[in-house]
This record gives sequence, C-alpha cells and structure tokens, in this order.
Amino acid sequence: MSVTFLGMPATRPFPRNAARAVRDSQLRFNLRKATRTIRARRASVVAEAPDWAELREAGRAIKEHTLRNLDRYLIQLEEAVTAAGGRVHWAADGAEANRIVAGLVKATGETEVVKVKSMATQEIGLNEALLEHGITAYETDLAELIVQLGDDRPSHILVPAIHRNRAEIREIFAEHMSGWGRPAPEDLTDDPAALAEAARLHLRERFLKTKVAISGANFAIAETGTMVVLESEGNGRMCLTLPRTLISVVGIEKVLPTWRDLEVFLQLLPRSSTGERMNPYTSTWTGAAEGQEFHLVLLDNGRTGVLADEVGRQALRCIRCSACLNVCPVYERAGGHAYGSVYPGPIGAILTPQLRGMESELDRSLPYASSLCGACYEVCPVAIDIPSVLVDLRARARHPWPERAGMAAAGWVFERSGRLARLQRAGGRLRRLVPRRLPGPLGGWTDTRDLPEVPRESFRDWWDRTDGGRR
Amino acid sequence: MSSRDLILARVRRALAGVPDVEITRAYRGPSQTPGEIRLFEERVRDYRAMVHVVDEAGVAERVALSLAGRGARRVVVPAGFPAPWLAAADVEAVADDPPLSAADLDAVDGVLTTCAVAIAETGTIVLDAGPGQGRRALTLVPDYHLCVVRAAQVVAGVPDAVALLAPARPLTWISGPSATSDIELNRVEGVHGPRTLEVLIVT
Repeated sequence: MSVTFLGMPATRPFPRNAARAVRDSQLRFNLRKATRTIRARRASVVAEAPDWAELREAGRAIKEHTLRNLDRYLIQLEEAVTAAGGRVHWAADGAEANRIVAGLVKATGETEVVKVKSMATQEIGLNEALLEHGITAYETDLAELIVQLGDDRPSHILVPAIHRNRAEIREIFAEHMSGWGRPAPEDLTDDPAALAEAARLHLRERFLKTKVAISGANFAIAETGTMVVLESEGNGRMCLTLPRTLISVVGIEKVLPTWRDLEVFLQLLPRSSTGERMNPYTSTWTGAAEGQEFHLVLLDNGRTGVLADEVGRQALRCIRCSACLNVCPVYERAGGHAYGSVYPGPIGAILTPQLRGMESELDRSLPYASSLCGACYEVCPVAIDIPSVLVDLRARARHPWPERAGMAAAGWVFERSGRLARLQRAGGRLRRLVPRRLPGPLGGWTDTRDLPEVPRESFRDWWDRTDGGRR
Repeated sequence: MSSRDLILARVRRALAGVPDVEITRAYRGPSQTPGEIRLFEERVRDYRAMVHVVDEAGVAERVALSLAGRGARRVVVPAGFPAPWLAAADVEAVADDPPLSAADLDAVDGVLTTCAVAIAETGTIVLDAGPGQGRRALTLVPDYHLCVVRAAQVVAGVPDAVALLAPARPLTWISGPSATSDIELNRVEGVHGPRTLEVLIVT
C-alpha cells in the first residue's frame, strides 16, 4: 500500500518530541496563554446556546448519515456544481490533486496564486508541489502568513502560528516581509493591531492584482452544489471574490446533504472554534459565481481507508474546529509540532495514524499522546469519541519489546494454575530481594510509582492452609 | 479506472453492510417570530461595530451624519439602493456601472448598502447581491461599510436566516468588522475587509 503523505515528514516518536517541547518555557507560556483564552471564550458562548446538546446531536447524526451515503452525496454534489457552471475533478491521492491544481493554474498562464487557509492543501503539500511547476503560492491568512514568512511549520488547525507570541511575530514580519513583497513598516511595534495593519498593507496589492485563488471549503452542499467558507479577516473574501479563477480543494468528507443542514453547522462551528457567536465573514457560492471560473477538486488521500474502519471512521465527522486541541492537557504542554502532522492534538492523534498508517515509530506513538481524560470528546461539536478510537488504535500498534516480553511471560504463567502457584511461592520466599525500582526499560513504570509489596504467601495457599480461615 | 470511479468504488466497499442513522432535529428550528431589535443592536455592538436605531423619517439625516462623521466624499452606492435615504448626504455616489475595478474600489471612501436578512442572536447581516447590495467585491475592498437594515428584515436565529436565503445566490454573512484571532487567540479588529462597519436599523 502506498503511504499517504500528510504535509510533514514522520520523524521521531511523540514522547521524544514532547520531552523537547516541554523544556521550551517560551512555547509553554505562549500555548498556556492562548489555550486558556480560547477555552474561556468557547465555554461562555456554548453556555449561551440553550440547545447546544441538541445541536451537537444533530451535527453528529447529519455527519454520520452523510458518511453512510457518501457515494450518493458525492455524485449529487458533482451534478449540482456542474449544473451551476463549475467543473469537478476527482483526486485519489495528494499527488494527483497537486497535478490537477498545477495543470489548472498553468492553463490560466499565471505564475502566482493567492491562498485561503486550507487544511486539505496543507495536507497534500500543495505549495511545495506548485513551486516545482514554477508557481508561487501566497498564504493570506494571518497565521499562515506568519508560518510562511518564518519558514516554520503549522502547530494548530485553526491558528497555525499559535506557538508564536506577538514579539516573535513582530520579529518575523520585520525581517521577512521584504523577501515576499511589501516590507513591514519601519516603526512596527508588537501591538496586535499594528501587526494586523502590517499584514493588511503587505497583502493589499497582491489581492487586487492576482488572477487565480486556491481555497478549501468548510462545507459543500450536495443538494445545491454550494461551497461554504468561514473566516475572520476578509482574506478569504478577497481570494474567493476578486480573482478570475477559483480552485477549491475539498476532502470528500466535507459534504453535507442539504442547504438546511447549515442551520446546525453555522451554529456549531464558530462557537467551537474561535469562541464567537458568529465568525466575522462567511461566504457561500454555487458554481461559477459572478462570472468566475470555478473548479472543485474532490480529494480522497486515505479518507476512504478511514471510512472502512468501523471504530475509526467517526474521525471523518471532524469539522476542523480545533476545540479538542484547546482543551487537551497534552497538547497544551507538548504543542502541535510534537505530533509530526498538519493534524495535531487529539483529533490528529486519531486521524494521522489512520490516514498515514502505523508504519513509523511516530505514527505508532500518536495513540499514546493522551491521558484518555475525555475532555476532547466532551467539547467535540460532532461528538467524536476520541478516547475510544485512541484505545482501539493502541491495540493495533506494535508494542515495545519489554511490554511484549512481559505480556508473553505473564501469558505463559497464567496458562496453568500450577505455574502460577510455583511462581507465587518462589516470589514469597524471595520477597526481600525484590527491588523498590525495576531495572532497565521497566524502570519507566517505577519512576513514578511504588512497586507493590510481595505477600508472604498467596491467597490460594492461605485458603488451603487455613481452610478458608476456619483453622 | 478513472479516479472518480476508483474513489466511488472504495467508498461503496467501505460502506457495505453499514446501517444508516436517523437525524433528530430537536434543536430550536426556524422560530417564525420576528427577531428582537434590542438584541440585534446589542450583539452587533459586541463586535465593535457602530449601531444606530432610527425611524423611517430619520434615515436620510442619519446616513448623511454617518458619512460626514467618517469624512467620506466618494461612496459606492449599488443599484437599487433607496434614493430617498441618500438625499441628505453631501457625497459623490459612485455607481458600479460599468463595473468598477478592484483598484477603483480601493480608492473610494466607503460603501453604502442594504442587506437581505439580519440575525438578532448572532448580530449578523447577510448580503445576497440583491438590489441595494451589489456584487460581493463592493462591500469588501472599501475600508468603510455603512449598512441599512429594516427592522422587518431582522430574524431571531440562524435557522430563520438559512430558511429565507437562496443558495443559488452568492451570500456574504457579516458579523462585525474584519477581525483576526491569530495573535495569541485574542480578537483584534481590522485586517483585510472593511475595518469599520456601521449599521443603521430602521424601525
């Protein structure tokens, strides 16, 4: 089977990445501040909706129903988009999607494109692929811009530069904006309003002149062929409205059956992601809107493999709100880079190993990047039971050799009662020799726990000797 | 096999024997009662947009005051915008006919529109490119957007708005001025869209 690429090389396992990240006090401070802010905001706007539980249940059911009938809804979407003057392309994997997009851009004769923040295009490494064809992709979302200018990697689904604070962002803008276009103002401060203004000035002219834009979509309505993009800054509107050609790369799981379904998701998503009653801008368009040329690229890239998994397929309900990242105690401390994927946090820990497989040490370690506290499940607006999927994936990963050796030995002992009795008697006699700390790789367990004391005799021996306590 | 057929075959194989689920819509659906103007006003203001409530007779004067307060001289006014509402304003009304270029739009002082629907609970106005609203770029490139909302257009919640809107039209849902949460996850107003949003509610 070919390995699905998820925008980042799979390298060291999660515990080693996390151990390094938690020693970075600046990173921990930035993450702590940002996640606490967003958690409080989400909690207050969710508490405001009296029917949140019912919306969440409807969101879960609509997504589950859609996935159960995905073939039908994909065909319906294709027909509706085509009827409205758009063109639909199908990409079995990331490489094919990249080829399709590069071909469409080349056909326009342009060598520059503007981009709206999109997880799907990041997942397939579209920017890098376009560069090989001589096409430069300019990220226009503020956080994506920070990542692109800083030659950095995204660490959060919604706010890819969450690991950077205002002072670091100022440095990146002052140093690197000139290499990509209009330089940052000489007197740039680290005031967030000044940083937003610098981004506005830097991108303004590019928006007004670029002829091709690439986006993703939050939702694609099968019934009407309508695409939906939620955003805050207006960079999305710039890209969706001004260029002559618009190419949207959309995962096949983004389909919703009917227009009416938006009444659920336009309430669930903004409150869960940025903690607002509504995000500043939502754009919807159907086919070739206002004379634009519109292409929809439907992307599989491992999703049908996830769909085949009875337990794991619920991960495809994800609407990329990132509420699970913001509440996760592991994410808050380890940060997004430790997950080695464009999908970090709890949802990444179940999505990445399913999409990419569990061949690498990193991907095998991801289902363990959790204390199974369940906070992610509680905040998930489509009720993805992340802890259950984590446990299921743990059972599938190849376990480390000391654990396997220990389990094999335990299995051999428990197989016959005589073996267990002999081992227990030996243990009772040698109990003074049992160390307080286990040696070698087993020591990890006793680093934070006491080894239980070995009793003088086993319960069974005691029962036999005393006839159940009567003697 | 084409990628289309390949993907659809994979989907069908993955779903063989999987039962369907029922969708229960127990949440608050379309309410059929009008939206509360006070709530709408308060929620729009929460986004740090400016809000004024005026009666029909006071619209022209309020429009003139707002445009003068902003110092706007050249303002885009889409076709179909009620002429009496603009009568008192001392501005040059720029029409989008022939269509203005992006650079033209970048050079005007603001844009004056109506809307299709407004949502009280979320403080949202929705534009559908209908009369008085124009194409999407008109309310995007200028740095100042003045929107006149009739009280009868204000609905209670999101489900009411979804039921009223036509998906075939390009829609823009606007909740406050352009903003970002990308710096330390705190909301800052003013990035690429209009940095100032002013809403007039006509009762």
